[in-house]
Amino acid sequence: MAETLHRRLGMTDDEFATVNEILGRSPADPELAMYSVMWSEHCSYKSSRAHLGGLPTDAPWVVVGPGENAGVVDIGDGWMAALRIESHNHPSFVEPYQGAATGVGGILRDIFTMGARPVGLWNQIRFGKLSDPHNRFLFNGVVAGIAGYGNAVGVPTLGGEVEFDPVYAGNPLVNVMCLGILRDDQLVLGTAGPPGTVAILLGALTGRDGIGGASVLASASFDAGAGAKRPSVQVGDPFEEKKLIEACLDLYERRLVVGVQDLGAAGLSCAASEPAARAGVGMDLNLDAVHLREPDMTAPEMLMSESQERMMAFVAPDQVEEVLGVAARWEIEASVVGTVAGGDRLRVYHNGTQVVDVPAASLTDEAPILRRPISRPDWIDELWNRADPHADVPLDVALLGLLDDPALGDRSWIYEQFDHMLFLNTVHGPGRDGSLIRVRGTDKGLAVSTDGNGRLCQLDPRRGAERLVYEAALNVAVLGARPLAVVDNLNFGNPEKPAVMWQFTETLAGLGAACESLGVPIVGGNVSFYNETDGRDIFPTPVVGLLGMAEPIPSLPDPVAGGMSLLLVGPEQSTSLAGTAYQRVVRGTLGGRPTRVNADQGGRSIELAIRIAHVVPGAVLHDVSQGGALVAVTELLIAGEVGARTGFGSVEEAFGEDPHRFLCLVPADRKAQVEQLAREVGCRVEDIGMTGGSDLTIAGTETVSIPLERLAEVWKGAISVRMHGAVHE
Amino acid sequence: MTIGIVAFPGTNCEQDVAYALETLGADTVTVWHRETSLDGLDGVVLPGGFAHGDYLRTGAIARFSPVMAAVEKLAAEGRPVLGICNGFQILCEAGLLPGALIANRDLKFICRPVHLRVESTNSILTRAATVGQVLTIPLNSYEGNYVPGPEAPTAVLRYCEPDGSVTEAANPNGSSDGIAGIVNPAGTVAGLMPHPERAIEDFMASTDGQVLLESFIASVDATPAGVSGG
Amino acid sequence: MRAVVTITRRSEIADPEGATIQRALVDLGYGEVDSVRVNRTIEVSMPGRDRQHVLEAVREMCEKMLANPVMEDFEIEILD
Repeated sequence: MAETLHRRLGMTDDEFATVNEILGRSPADPELAMYSVMWSEHCSYKSSRAHLGGLPTDAPWVVVGPGENAGVVDIGDGWMAALRIESHNHPSFVEPYQGAATGVGGILRDIFTMGARPVGLWNQIRFGKLSDPHNRFLFNGVVAGIAGYGNAVGVPTLGGEVEFDPVYAGNPLVNVMCLGILRDDQLVLGTAGPPGTVAILLGALTGRDGIGGASVLASASFDAGAGAKRPSVQVGDPFEEKKLIEACLDLYERRLVVGVQDLGAAGLSCAASEPAARAGVGMDLNLDAVHLREPDMTAPEMLMSESQERMMAFVAPDQVEEVLGVAARWEIEASVVGTVAGGDRLRVYHNGTQVVDVPAASLTDEAPILRRPISRPDWIDELWNRADPHADVPLDVALLGLLDDPALGDRSWIYEQFDHMLFLNTVHGPGRDGSLIRVRGTDKGLAVSTDGNGRLCQLDPRRGAERLVYEAALNVAVLGARPLAVVDNLNFGNPEKPAVMWQFTETLAGLGAACESLGVPIVGGNVSFYNETDGRDIFPTPVVGLLGMAEPIPSLPDPVAGGMSLLLVGPEQSTSLAGTAYQRVVRGTLGGRPTRVNADQGGRSIELAIRIAHVVPGAVLHDVSQGGALVAVTELLIAGEVGARTGFGSVEEAFGEDPHRFLCLVPADRKAQVEQLAREVGCRVEDIGMTGGSDLTIAGTETVSIPLERLAEVWKGAISVRMHGAVHE
Repeated sequence: MTIGIVAFPGTNCEQDVAYALETLGADTVTVWHRETSLDGLDGVVLPGGFAHGDYLRTGAIARFSPVMAAVEKLAAEGRPVLGICNGFQILCEAGLLPGALIANRDLKFICRPVHLRVESTNSILTRAATVGQVLTIPLNSYEGNYVPGPEAPTAVLRYCEPDGSVTEAANPNGSSDGIAGIVNPAGTVAGLMPHPERAIEDFMASTDGQVLLESFIASVDATPAGVSGG
Repeated sequence: MRAVVTITRRSEIADPEGATIQRALVDLGYGEVDSVRVNRTIEVSMPGRDRQHVLEAVREMCEKMLANPVMEDFEIEILD
């Protein structure tokens, strides 16, 4: 019997044998349920843990690094910032609205678990092409789910990125990042506290939501049988979460908790064992006290339930009454469900009898660590050597094609569905390189950029990952912010394939090297494996979320208007178009080797951007990324409703995406000031034209001129026209 | 002079409204929806958010919260009552303002600045503005599409083009007659979908929210003391 | 012919809206209400009198689009 159960729960025979060894006997069903969810890929990081040790995680301002619910950094003047990123890929494919919504709910809990008020959300979402109605359904549902939950829970969604590629059609990616701020004396950790401490379950009722979701959904691939796994869907309730946030922040303010752990994947199993393991104690958990939505639940179901909007608070015995009072004030459920015990055993009681007796730490610390085979795939060489077809088109045709691309065009169809103004702190919201919010009561601004690029990383995962870190850093630098900390979300295919593990380890090497050279610590991360459908893996898609700080917040840039010099700052573009949007949209290929990061020049560009933002009044700065310099110029012109004269000598100069470059627009009389600063920092500046008129005129091998109105019309329709089903590709 | 800001479970703009009113010189106090008295307060704001999760219908559950009887009493006394976004929806459900708000024409949440034309200055919301004045103020709602009841509403704000003309193209959510804000016949109870508190500082979409909130504060100041009798 | 489709969330799937309404009704004095579920009805009309055809077509619509098989069940009633 038990053999079939452990396999049904997604455990291997080896893992089952290890459980028998730990316990010195066969596990009872509730025990097996706990091991199966805690040792799942999603919770235990068993395929990745062996490789995560080498990342740079230290800096003097790091308060909490990887391993807790979120990373925390000191931002000075008595304030701290908490940040975390997580994926909800498979749930969003099964049910896009609820999958995305519960992804938002989960990442919020990770932040307010630390004592912080969540102040901003970002999302990184990837789908198949919008010409397919099912992809439109998924995209629409995910955006609505993020909006439905984030808006109602009352946390602004401040930015993000979207990509469309057939490789994500059967496996969309939904990564959500959250930032919180807290006073430095309000930090709370996920610890159970000393023996005698009381465990109080707060929030929503426990039902049969997502039973086994952690092991079944997040840790296995989709295939033709995906339908059978469908019942593991969770429904989010932002209203309950809003009350839970306020109740928890009230508890922290009153100093009523020793520790807090949110209930996400693996539910009660995780919320009981992880805090006990961290504190080096045991725990007695009474399932009869758990408030249930469905009365007839079994012990394994209660232990595995992933019902949303629940938290476990650890409270000193003499403060239990006060905690229950605060919960009543905010109109949330609260039940005393356990007591911290001496020793190391986690004991669970149900219907008055003991049903679990295991070493608490064995669920976390003794989870298997796999050293999966790693092998560099041969096809990488073919990719690097693949020559692009000579399928170039005139510059204006290429430019219009790129502006019409839904990943490059106007994304307001997405972000206008998100409340991005709540809390009255949004200085730079969505639709820009990065976002920036003020920290009220200080002159500080916190800037965030999230970046991913699956195609770049498919070509070279190491170089791709390095590029993402430097791009994110430049994105916050153009807002005047200095990079502080990074979180990463590593979306990969099936780790049982040696080529996927090679992509994974190469990515980690790239992330580590880039963060090391920038001097920015990685304070948290999330790994999502098994992103494959019918044996086809997604591109390796690491996502970087970078937090920076501006102090003070620079004055706002001027509106883009006529008479401004177009300055292109940074190293000269190489002849490589590998991994660019141009290659994808115009040539329809993917090949070559991407230009690698140059840490020295990258650091100088970041430094110069920060200086210009702070000392050149009104300067307009914009990172050059997907679509290259010409698309970046056009985006600024569309925003300012003004034309320009510019020149590009080659397709590479116009559309190349080499790193460390940004645009600076200033009134012509401030050009010398920018050039002087660039000399001081050691950066190259190229004057590429002047704004004015109502056309964009590009001098190249031949000169072309396009009315700005036409460019704007195409750019604005890139997503909205497709979502009306009017474009067939 | 103290303004009460009513918070229901699920309300999320109460701190923003308090910040904005205090920035403009008013004193505020947050009132939890379980309170049964608003004695000592000179006016109230029902701020935006998702009271009771917006479940059933927006405002449908909130209108039965204990505090609403006190809000009705304050309104009956002629004291200023302002509903912003979700607060507007609640005032309609409670019958303090006519009509109802339903889902936006395109069935999408809309968060962006819109242009509003001031239609009347005979209200607690617009007394400091001028008729025809065009304001830029952020909208942030899914159910912002105003539907009138049997009685004709008194519009104080309409969605418009930047030049002030009221057109169908400038109507973001399908509201009847382009209505963005209305007032009761006495001009003392007002509701609007856009968020004036999101347009009060230089880095925001505009500072046009000031004139609306200053109108409200001035109205609270001007309501003769003793009218309520405590 | 008209078909009325009633879409219900499966009992094991949470219904936060129903739960919130239930609590509000108790608050309002209806203490005996112990459960509220929020369902949706959709009316579909089609020409023709072939009951079996309408039933099959509407069932297919439910499976494809009207209901989400991940979390919802549906019932179809044929009128006239």
